Amino acid sequence: MNNIFVFCELDEGKIADVSQELLTKGRSLANELNCNLEAVVIGYKLEGIESQIAPYGADTIHVADDKRLEHYLTLPFTTIIVDLFKKNQPQIALFGATSVGRDLGPRVSSALQSGLTADCTSLVIGDHEDKKAEKVYKNLLYQIRPAFGGNIIATIINPDCRPQMATVREGVMKKEIFNKNHKAKVASIEVNKVVTDTDFLVEIIERHMEPRKIDIKKSQVIVAGGYGVGSRENFNLLFDLAHVLGGEVGASRAAVDAGFVDHARQVGQTGVTVRPKLYIACGISGQVQHTAGMEESAMIIAINTDPTAPINKIADYAITGEVSEVIPRLIEAYKKFSK
Amino acid sequence: MKGLKIIVLAKQVPDTRNVGKDAMKADGTVNRAALPAIFNPEDLNALEQALRIKDKNPGTTVTLLTMGPGRAAEIIREGMYRGADNGYLLTDRAFAGSDTLATSYAISCAIKKLEYDIIIAGRQAIDGDTAQVGPQVAEKLGLPQVTYAEGIDKITKNKIIIKRRLERGVETVSTTLPCVITVNATAPECRPRNAKYLMKYKHAKTVTELQGTAEDYIKLHEDRPYLRIPELSVADVQADLHWLGLAGSPTKVKTIENVVFAAKEAKQLTSDQKDLDWLMGELMANHTLG
Ligand SMILES: Cc1cc2nc3c(=O)[nH]c(=O)nc-3n(C[C@H](O)[C@H](O)[C@H](O)COP(=O)(O)OP(=O)(O)OC[C@H]3O[C@@H](n4cnc5c(N)ncnc54)[C@H](O)[C@@H]3O)c2cc1C
Ligand SMILES: Nc1ncnc2c1ncn2[C@@H]1O[C@H](COP(=O)(O)O)[C@@H](O)[C@H]1O
Repeated sequence: MNNIFVFCELDEGKIADVSQELLTKGRSLANELNCNLEAVVIGYKLEGIESQIAPYGADTIHVADDKRLEHYLTLPFTTIIVDLFKKNQPQIALFGATSVGRDLGPRVSSALQSGLTADCTSLVIGDHEDKKAEKVYKNLLYQIRPAFGGNIIATIINPDCRPQMATVREGVMKKEIFNKNHKAKVASIEVNKVVTDTDFLVEIIERHMEPRKIDIKKSQVIVAGGYGVGSRENFNLLFDLAHVLGGEVGASRAAVDAGFVDHARQVGQTGVTVRPKLYIACGISGQVQHTAGMEESAMIIAINTDPTAPINKIADYAITGEVSEVIPRLIEAYKKFSK
Repeated sequence: MKGLKIIVLAKQVPDTRNVGKDAMKADGTVNRAALPAIFNPEDLNALEQALRIKDKNPGTTVTLLTMGPGRAAEIIREGMYRGADNGYLLTDRAFAGSDTLATSYAISCAIKKLEYDIIIAGRQAIDGDTAQVGPQVAEKLGLPQVTYAEGIDKITKNKIIIKRRLERGVETVSTTLPCVITVNATAPECRPRNAKYLMKYKHAKTVTELQGTAEDYIKLHEDRPYLRIPELSVADVQADLHWLGLAGSPTKVKTIENVVFAAKEAKQLTSDQKDLDWLMGELMANHTLG
């Protein structure tokens, strides 16, 4: 059967968030297509790893466990996946759009002569009619992504080649436990039979990884600042508001580029995608590359001196005013109510 | 060590970072004419890495390879002004509509016709942001790849040591030559044009560009062969039409939409304390807060 495969990436020995998000998405696609969901995980000392995969709905988990695979290496990982895909003929294969997935995905796609769509923001099943060839394709994967610097949204399909491959950034899909007790079959890959010495032409000499510091994705309230906040000092106001509301501070790229805050806080196409209960956009104009990462927030408040700022088009409440005036008043209002 | 042969893959791209109001046509398609065509930014970082190797290893040659329409010869000249030795323009109608897989097939066919020790590409091109062509070219040539390079620490006879910038850290790797490297924007910026090279190469042209120019200009080219930018066609690189253009592209664009906001009515508020108190009350009442 042509199943859906998700490449599960490891992040400090744990299955990465992005992979669990893709498993959740893969599960719902598998239900729609009436096929199974399979996961692949490659690494070292992976005993028990299935407990971080099965609950997200995988039916089969392929595990390649080998000392030489402790850290990601392009060639042996490609060899293992290409071999697995040739044997199993998946119809869809999903990878995280991380530094690993974006190194591995294209190499695998080239080896299989199959297409790959990078950085999808949405994946949907649909049909396609090729009028010229008078052919109708059923149940294709629509790979939807922004292109041209975010100025257009393209729907890409892969009518004839399999697997239909896509990468997706962290935070774009929702992560949800499918069933705590879901059982998966574990299939171990005989690494020695698949990889060869030439797969180890690249050697890691030194690695220096920093632990993840800030993760604003999990926050239910985000107070985000843009270039209009004006300075690093003014961002303290945003931290104050976020603090009283129990939230986190986010930012636009312009604010990050200007050095007002850390890159880890950037929201948008090249930052994280968030969907909190409340998003307060302070001095953010609302360019598509930014809104792509926050428009699904349940409630959006915009604070901007310009009443015609594009952000107001997606806001529920548009406050016309100076960030430095409005925020202290919001804090005061909150204190009145929470007393 | 003897000089190395380096090929730099560079693409001419529309400047999507400076999309103005007239960049989209009324029908929602991209108005390419309104966008300046530029040297893909990370390909300049790639070129700089190649030039640094050349600085350290006399006898090294840096060759640009670009696939695109006739106009893309502009970036080959641009590269030569900064220190590249020559360049090839891979151009043919049959390439039109190629996705990344067909593009990397065409580029790999061209590379097979050239001499190389190292192939350096940019991480990604800003028109598509895919970052696929580098790894796919490496696969097609059966070479190891090192992506997200930020610097090259050392090259010996057949080993190269490269620093990579990942999401949350750095990694130093070594590999054998030949290999494919893709370079990040975090790598050093490309050096500016050099006045000497600008004088030397400002008349560099492709055959197509030479057509219809004055006779003495053509004579100048005959006297100075280094001014010739060779063009490569499908036939020149012996590529199989089956793997090129739309036919050779597994991915197809089904639809394209201009990004428009589904405007909803925002409730307008002033910055008066009264308005903000009211707003806070609303957020509490509908359980967004509290
Ligand atoms: C390929 C690509 C990827 C990108 N990815 C991202 C991304 O992931 N995230 C992202 O955010 N951007 C991204 N961008 C950049 C994006 O296009 C915008 O440039 C950016 O979002 C603008 O940030 P901004 O709204 O803070 O700044 P500006 O557009 O400069 O807007 C500042 C706003 O502040 C208002 N203002 C000024 N002073 C005050 C004041 N005192 N009080 C209140 N309001 C005030 C102004 O009216 C204005 O609306 C990307 C761009 C490209 C090309
Ligand atoms: N048409 C092209 N000609 C030459 N190099 C290219 C071309 N397309 C892509 N590349 C190279 O591949 C890199 C990645 O491109 P992309 O996969 O389109 O993001 C670019 O930075 C270039 O170095």
